[in-house]
Amino acid sequence: MTGTWPRLSPLGVDGLLITFGDRLSETANRAALALRAALEAADLPGACETSTALASAYLRFDPARTDRAALIAAVEALMRGRDWYDAPLPDNRRLWRIPTVFDPELAPQLDEAAAAAGLDRESAIASLTARPLRVQTIGFAPGQPYLGSLDPEWDIPRQQALTDRVPVGALTVAIRQLVLFTVSTPTGWRHVGQTAFRGFRPESGKPFVLRPGDEVQFVSAPAGEYDALKASGPDGGATCGPLP
Amino acid sequence: MTRRLIVHRCGPGITVQDMGRPGALAYGLSRGGAADRLALAEGAALLGQPDDLAALELPGSGGEFEIDGAARIALTGAPMKAEMDGAPLAWNACHAVPQGARIRIGGATAGSYGYLHLGGGIATRQVLGSRAAHLTAGIGGTVQPGDRLPLGADPAPDRHGYVLPADARFDGGTVRIVEGPQTAMFSASEQARFARTAFRRDTRGNRMGVRLLPPEAGFADAEGLSVLSEPIVPGDIQITGDGTPFVLLTECQTTGGYPRIGTVLPADLPRVAQMRPGATLAFEWVDHAVALGMETAEHARRAGLRRMLQRLVRDPAQMRDLLSYQLIDGVTAGHDDPDLPA
Repeated sequence: MTGTWPRLSPLGVDGLLITFGDRLSETANRAALALRAALEAADLPGACETSTALASAYLRFDPARTDRAALIAAVEALMRGRDWYDAPLPDNRRLWRIPTVFDPELAPQLDEAAAAAGLDRESAIASLTARPLRVQTIGFAPGQPYLGSLDPEWDIPRQQALTDRVPVGALTVAIRQLVLFTVSTPTGWRHVGQTAFRGFRPESGKPFVLRPGDEVQFVSAPAGEYDALKASGPDGGATCGPLP
Repeated sequence: MTRRLIVHRCGPGITVQDMGRPGALAYGLSRGGAADRLALAEGAALLGQPDDLAALELPGSGGEFEIDGAARIALTGAPMKAEMDGAPLAWNACHAVPQGARIRIGGATAGSYGYLHLGGGIATRQVLGSRAAHLTAGIGGTVQPGDRLPLGADPAPDRHGYVLPADARFDGGTVRIVEGPQTAMFSASEQARFARTAFRRDTRGNRMGVRLLPPEAGFADAEGLSVLSEPIVPGDIQITGDGTPFVLLTECQTTGGYPRIGTVLPADLPRVAQMRPGATLAFEWVDHAVALGMETAEHARRAGLRRMLQRLVRDPAQMRDLLSYQLIDGVTAGHDDPDLPA
């Protein structure tokens, strides 16, 4: 597809999608998060809810309470209002440090994923734990973060066949991103680590734990500590503090 | 004292459903809720109660139920064979149920999802503002034999014996679609061919979506691209890698990376959810402005369903005990509701 960005499209009868690019970039990701925040703040007539994905923002409206043409004009005006690619990251970002077990019994596809990235096991672990990664979006499943971007060697495809089921807390990799699973589900992402972190807590007052813009540092933990991390509560031994 | 719906026997996959949890897309949680929201509105109209109360969603088959107090039920959605203590119960209707009566609901005779509504609704614990099971998100579970589900206070215990005209949304047909972010990735001729094609529903399908099979070549998009993952909504028609369409339903994920040729109008989604494997479905493109008018008209129609209620006329040939039914029917009260027929 060619064309200029950002681009406004209808998404269903009752939604608008603003796309900042057809591939993931740091700037398109920041633009999507910032425009969503601006849409929330603008509280446009008829607007019901907003969300983001990696490089796009979505606005749902109530057809019965909305002048669609006026809403589109208002969103277009907002889009023209600034250079969104230059927008700052969200406020109140946090740094999470999450203990992660890379033992083969709990991380059955680490060797395979490392080989696909041209790394041995030890350097793969070192690379995945080298620095904090940003929550680029929450999606697919409740509270589930997509984290990136990893170094270029991790630009490995998803596997063709699905893994039957990864457990909650599974750390998986593909296309320079990590996904930390919040539900147990089949997936094409390779299971390279295991945390005891629960990112979706429906019974709690704060059911969705991570937010876009947060950063996560995975910290290698010995396999023998996994049961204790799991028993320590839904954070699984994770710590959290403000990012400057 | 809270009355309870006692589940003596039940088919697989039965869940408590309501209008779902709108507002959490940004957190990765799709709205979920009943696969056929029109059926919820119909049950609410029949029972004279709000349409956000929870009901049992019966995928393909029902079970055997009892209530430990006097109650009312309504039966909507995919028609199923239903009886109370051996006497047949009309579908798309509401009925009084004496304490201890056994309600048996069999297999669907058309469509996929039947609904058992209770006067006062099912009053299980709310999670994030809804009682709906959302199995892919790990919220709630399926109903099991032996379950005793609490009921809410019935707002109109004496109002029963009404029926809504039968609807024809259970065997596929034509649904209306609008253009979306990736429609232009498909050539004009492919878009036209899409609307000329009679698709058959595959056996693969559930509350997340249904797969459709084209009779001829699939609809691989012209540019052969996968799309950067972006927000997806129920009604989206994803064209998967092999060119077959997959129509998303109420419990779909919140983001996805398949190109979407278009999106089904919410008003027409019950028809997609209800069709059975093998049924045929066709699509008709409509302009966005026209679609918006269609959608608001359907909202108004659903809000006015109560005006379409008719008195349930019982067939004496099917009644084992005419007197007992006359007694039950004699206790009608509807005089306080101007929408109800006398």
